[in-house]
Amino acid sequence: MTHPPYVYEAYRSTVLRAPSRAPLELKADPDAIETTSPVFGHDELGPLDSDLTRRHPGEPIGERIIVTGRILDSAGRPVRGTLVEVWQANAAGRYAHERDQHPAPLDPNFTGAGRCLTGEDGRYRFVTIKPGAYPWRNHPNAWRPAHIHFSVFGTAFTQRLVTQMYFPGDPLFAFDPILQSVPGGARDRLVSRFDLETTEPEWALGYRFDIVLGHTPMEDA
Amino acid sequence: MTTPSQTVGPFFAHALPYAGDWELVPGGHPGAVTIVGRVLDGAGEPVPDALLELWLGETGGRSALARRGSGASGFGRCGTAPDGSFRFRTARPAGPYLALLVFARGLLKPVFTRVYLKDVPDPLLDSLEPARRATLVAEPEGPDAYRFDVRLQGERETVFLAL
Repeated sequence: MTHPPYVYEAYRSTVLRAPSRAPLELKADPDAIETTSPVFGHDELGPLDSDLTRRHPGEPIGERIIVTGRILDSAGRPVRGTLVEVWQANAAGRYAHERDQHPAPLDPNFTGAGRCLTGEDGRYRFVTIKPGAYPWRNHPNAWRPAHIHFSVFGTAFTQRLVTQMYFPGDPLFAFDPILQSVPGGARDRLVSRFDLETTEPEWALGYRFDIVLGHTPMEDA
Repeated sequence: MTTPSQTVGPFFAHALPYAGDWELVPGGHPGAVTIVGRVLDGAGEPVPDALLELWLGETGGRSALARRGSGASGFGRCGTAPDGSFRFRTARPAGPYLALLVFARGLLKPVFTRVYLKDVPDPLLDSLEPARRATLVAEPEGPDAYRFDVRLQGERETVFLAL
């Protein structure tokens, strides 16, 4: 099991929100609607939805990066045409969200939300700005390592995944209960890797982040 | 190895919600039903920063993100209000239930459940004792309106399913 538990006391918000009973295993049923997933069309997305640096008249402040990777099923097969959504803080570590009160500047040229559909090889690609670390009130002097939130659909509703992508070598990893909630052997699955091939000369650094979805109920049957 | 889940966090409202996200069918759609409810934590307090996703079981003719086209869309999304409330307007499912996912700050992985619009013989429902069974059955509030509360934790905790 690579997912974190529901209760992880060092992350305080889990304490009153985690279910206390173990989730029920559904019996395999080919007619269960959870074996299917919504399908999204290219005509529903805008041409600039995957470029978070071009959603406003000016360019955002910060380090321009390319984030790309593949969405794969548990057998390593590409998941084609699936919706990938991302959101993040700006380069100063501030979200364009009304409840984020971190005293760091908002960037009028950066909202920090994007989406795309994967290609035939399961690949997605975003152009964005490297997000900053930011403080939160979980414990004294608590800081989140820089991260990009990912939301991914698969071919079954039970494969639905929301996760966070981190950047290699961040000194905050050891102090972050959200990352540390993941069993030790699986944490590095959430860390992107710098990739010179993705990097574009004179323009942007490249990071690779592949996502592997869980089994579908039918695969388990 | 499966990529681990992480919490949706508190700051998704500028990214995941979209226009008409809670309306799987337009207003006035024949046979439309509404499902309203609240998300509550283990102290019975509302969860004001949850995101719910509803799946009807088939994609349908109306697109899910742009809400164009006719008929029903199969997918909807709704962020909770400060009082923990959410709402959906949907077509009736072909079977007795819809699938529901709840994401929130403090949930390191989503909770996954079913909303049954009627209490019928069913393999999942029949495996539960009456009080637990009742947590999965929406309460009618009129001919085309239902209430379904999600209790994340505690005595009347909603039955959640393994992902």
